[in-house]
Amino acid sequence: MAQAESHPRKYKVIGTRPVRHDGADKVTGRAIYGADLRLNGMVHGKILRSPHAHAVIKSIDTSAAAKLPGVVAVTTSADFPDLQDKIADLGEGAVNLAHLGANVLAHGKALYKGHAVAAVAATSPHVAQEALSLIKVEYEPLPAVTWVLDAMKDDAPLLHDDVYTKSMGKKADKPSNIAAHIHFEKGDVEDAFAGSDLVVEREFKTASVHQGYIEPHVSTALWNQDGHLTIWTSTQGSFTARQQTAELLQVPISQVTVVPCEIGGGFGGKIAVYLEPVAAMLSRKCGRPVKMVMSRDEVFEATGPTPGSSMRVKIGATKDGKLTAGEAWLAYDAGAFPGGVIGPGCMCVFSCYEFPAARVDGYDVLDNKPKTQAYRAPGATQAAFACESVIDELAEKLGIDPIEFRLKNAAKEGTRRVDGPVYPRVGFIETLEAAKASDHWKSPLEGKNRGRGIASGYWFNIGLKSSAAANVNPDGTVSLLEGSTDIGGTRTSVAMQLAETLGITAEAVHPKVVDTDSVGYTDVTGGSRVTFATGLAAYEVGRDILRQMCERAAILWECDAAEVESVDGEFKTKDKRMTFAELAGKLSQTGGPVVGRATVNPEGPTNGFGTHIVDVEVDPDTAKVTVLRYTAIQDAGKAIHPSYVEGQMQGGAVQGIGWALNEEYVFDGEGRMANASYLDYRMPTALDVPHIDTIIVEVPNPAHPYGVRGVGETPIVPPPAAMAVAVYHATGVRMQELPMSPPKLWAAMQK
Amino acid sequence: MAKKTHVATTINGEPMEFLCEARQSLLEVLRDNLAMTGSKEGCNNGNCGACTVLLDGQPVDSCLVLAVEAEGAEITTVEGIADDSRLHPIQQCFLEEAALQCGVCTPGFIVTAKALLDRNPTPSEHEIRFQLAGNLCRCTGYDKIIRAVQDAGKRMAAEARGASTTTNGSPARQQQKQAT
Repeated sequence: MAQAESHPRKYKVIGTRPVRHDGADKVTGRAIYGADLRLNGMVHGKILRSPHAHAVIKSIDTSAAAKLPGVVAVTTSADFPDLQDKIADLGEGAVNLAHLGANVLAHGKALYKGHAVAAVAATSPHVAQEALSLIKVEYEPLPAVTWVLDAMKDDAPLLHDDVYTKSMGKKADKPSNIAAHIHFEKGDVEDAFAGSDLVVEREFKTASVHQGYIEPHVSTALWNQDGHLTIWTSTQGSFTARQQTAELLQVPISQVTVVPCEIGGGFGGKIAVYLEPVAAMLSRKCGRPVKMVMSRDEVFEATGPTPGSSMRVKIGATKDGKLTAGEAWLAYDAGAFPGGVIGPGCMCVFSCYEFPAARVDGYDVLDNKPKTQAYRAPGATQAAFACESVIDELAEKLGIDPIEFRLKNAAKEGTRRVDGPVYPRVGFIETLEAAKASDHWKSPLEGKNRGRGIASGYWFNIGLKSSAAANVNPDGTVSLLEGSTDIGGTRTSVAMQLAETLGITAEAVHPKVVDTDSVGYTDVTGGSRVTFATGLAAYEVGRDILRQMCERAAILWECDAAEVESVDGEFKTKDKRMTFAELAGKLSQTGGPVVGRATVNPEGPTNGFGTHIVDVEVDPDTAKVTVLRYTAIQDAGKAIHPSYVEGQMQGGAVQGIGWALNEEYVFDGEGRMANASYLDYRMPTALDVPHIDTIIVEVPNPAHPYGVRGVGETPIVPPPAAMAVAVYHATGVRMQELPMSPPKLWAAMQK
Repeated sequence: MAKKTHVATTINGEPMEFLCEARQSLLEVLRDNLAMTGSKEGCNNGNCGACTVLLDGQPVDSCLVLAVEAEGAEITTVEGIADDSRLHPIQQCFLEEAALQCGVCTPGFIVTAKALLDRNPTPSEHEIRFQLAGNLCRCTGYDKIIRAVQDAGKRMAAEARGASTTTNGSPARQQQKQAT
C-alpha cells in the first residue's frame, strides 16, 4: 500500500477549491435524477402498503385492479422466487436475502405500517393509484410493538417464528425478537471499577430518526424481450443494487445493468433495494419500462429509519482524571428484520478513549418498524450520546475541564479498542487541541439561560473495493470513469487526486459516473469511503497513465523508458522535456491511445475523530432550544477539496442538531407512524441553525498517498451529546433522552 | 378519464399552452407534460420547497398550485434563471462556494433566492434564513447556501450599478436596478 509523505508536501490541486464538474447541470435543473428519467412507452408503478403495523396477510385479490382500464401489470410476492436463508455480502454489511425479499414485498405477514403488499403498473400514476384501491387484502391484525425494551420482553408480540437469538456463536432454543447478542470485553472490569474513585452510571433512550434525504426513492426498470434487465435508479451503490436485484429475481448478474442516475441524498438509506425488483417484475409482466417513485409518506413509513435505542453506560475514573473502566449495555431496534446497526454501536461506544478495562453488551432487537438502515455513522451517534454525557458528568464531578479530561484519556496510536483493533496514527488529540485553541472555546458565553457543551465522536471510515479507468485525450485532458455514485461532490474530489497525480488541472479531468457494464466493480458510496478508496483508485490510474506515457516519450526520444521521469505534469530526460498535453497530442504516433486503469481494495478503517462545541439558549417558558453558535472540528487526514469537507462537517452537525432537538418517529397506540410528513417530522430549516464554523485538522492517514481519511460520517456523532451538555449548562437538567423536544425538556425542567 | 383543460401561460418568457387534467398540479405538468424536470418533487405537500417556481414573480410551491390556475400567469422555473450564455450570479455563487452537495434541493433554493434578491439584493443573514426557511436541505446544514445567497446579492447589486451606467441591461437587471 502507498505510504503518506512523512513531511508536508506542496500540492497544486489538492487543497484547492475548484468548481465541481457536475455543477452547471445541477444549478440549471439539467441534471437527471432518478425521477427525471423518461423512456418511450414508460408506464408507472405504485405499491399497496399495509395499513397495519403487524398483521397476517390471509389473502390478496388483485383481479379487480387488473381489470381497470390502463392497468398493465400487477404483482405480489407470489411472483418472486422462494429464497432460502442465503446471506449476500453487500460490501458494507451482509444481508439475508429471504429477509430482503420479504421486505421488498411482504411474505404472508405485514411487519410494519407501510410494508409493501402488492404493486400495480398503469399508463399513468393516477390510474395506478386508483387500481391500488381495488386490490382486496384480508388482514388478521396482530398486536404490535415499537419500543425496543417492550420488544425484548418474553411476552412481546413475536415478529418471526424462525429468528433465534444468536449469542457468542450459539443459537437459542426458542424464537425471540432478540436476533443477536454481542459481547466485547477487555481487562478485569469488576476489579477496575472497584479501584475507581468515582463511578457514574446513567440510562439513556433515543427515538428512531430518518435519514431525511430530500429525493424520495425512485427506480425505473426495463426487462427487455431478450431477457436483459436494465435499471435506472438513485442508489448509493449501483453494483450492490445490481447484486440485490439479481439475487431477489434469481437471474445472473450479467443479465442486469444498473444505470445510476443523479442521487438526491442517501446518508445510508439508499443502499438496500426497495423498488428495483418490483419495477423489474412489473416490467417483465408488461414488456414496457416501469417507473416507480415513492411519495414522502412512503419514504418515512417504509424506508430507513435508524434505530431507537435504550442504553446504560457506566464509567469509572480516578480522582486525578484517569479512566478506569467502562461498561455499556446497548439495545437497538432493527425494525422488522434482523441485522440492525448494533455492531458498530458496540464498537464505537468507548472508541474515543483509552479504557484499561471495559465490557459492552449489545442487542439487535426486532420490532414493528421499517427495517432499520444505515444512517451516517450508523449506531455511533446513539452510543456517543450516552458515553459522552457520562464523560462530561465525570469531568464536572472531578472538577476537571472537559477538554483536559478527554486529553488525559484520548485514544491514540496504540490504543486497543474494546472490540480488539489497535489504532494506527489517529488525530483525536489534535481535534481536542484545536478545540481548546478555538476562538469559540476561548470566548466566554454570557447571558441568562445559556450553556455551552462539548463532545467528541468517532467513526471507522472504510476502504473496500473501487475501480476506475481513464482515457488520455489528444488535447491533454483526461476522461475519468468511476463507479462511485456522487452524492456530495466526490466526482471532483476523486478527479482532483487524478489531476494531482498527473500534474494537470482539476478542470482537465472529466469525471463520469458510469453504469455497471462500463467500469469495474465498485462498492457503495458509504462508510465515508469514496474520496479515500476511489481516490486511491484514481491515484493508481494516474500512476498507470504516467508509466505508459513515459514509455511513449521514450519512443519519441529514442531512449530507454527508465531514463524518462514524470514530474509535475512534465516528462523529461536529462536534456529533453515535454508537457503532459504535448505528449498527449503525440500518442497516435507512438502506438495509439493510452488508457489507465486500477482496482483497489484497501483494508482496515481510516479512523475519523471529531469534536464539536455548541452554545445554546433555552427559553425557560417553552423549553425551546436555540442554537447560538456551533463549531465542528475534525481530522480529515488531508482535505482534498476543503469546501466539501466543510460541507460534510456542517451538514452532519445540522443533522445531529435535528436528531438532538426535534426529529423522532411518533407511533400511535397501534404501532403506526403518526408523523409521516416533513411538517410533522421536524427537520432543521435554515432558520433553526446558525452558521456552522469548521476547523479542519490534518493528521495524514498513513494508508493513503495523499493522507486522506474519510470525512462524511464522523460529524453526526458528537452533536446530540454536545447539545445535551449545553442544555444542561443552560438549565441544570441533564437530558438522557432524545429528542430534547420542548415537551420533553419542559417536563424535565419542572422536576 | 377526466376531461382535459386547455391552459395558456408564459413559462420562462415563452408563451406555452398545454392540456391538463383538473387534478394535476403545476409541478406535475411541468415535469410530466412539459418535460421540464428542473423543479423537483420532494414531498408533494408544500413542506420542502424543492418544487419552488415564481408565479407572477412570487415564489410558490408548484406542488400546491393546480396547473389550471396557471392560466394567464407568468412562470419562472430554474430552467429560466440563467441567461443564454452565462449563469445567473446566484447559480455562479452556489458553484463557487460549494453551496450544494446532492443538488436535489438546489433548484428550489435558487428560485426562492432569486425572488428574495430581486426585491432586496442586500438582505441580512436573518432575512435570508427567514426567506429560505420553506426550502429544506438535508446535506449542507445551510451554511454555504446562506453565504452564497448573500454574495450573489452583492454581485447582483454591483452588476445593477454597472448596468445603470450603460443602456443595454437585460429586463431582469433593469428590475433589479429599480429595486435598489
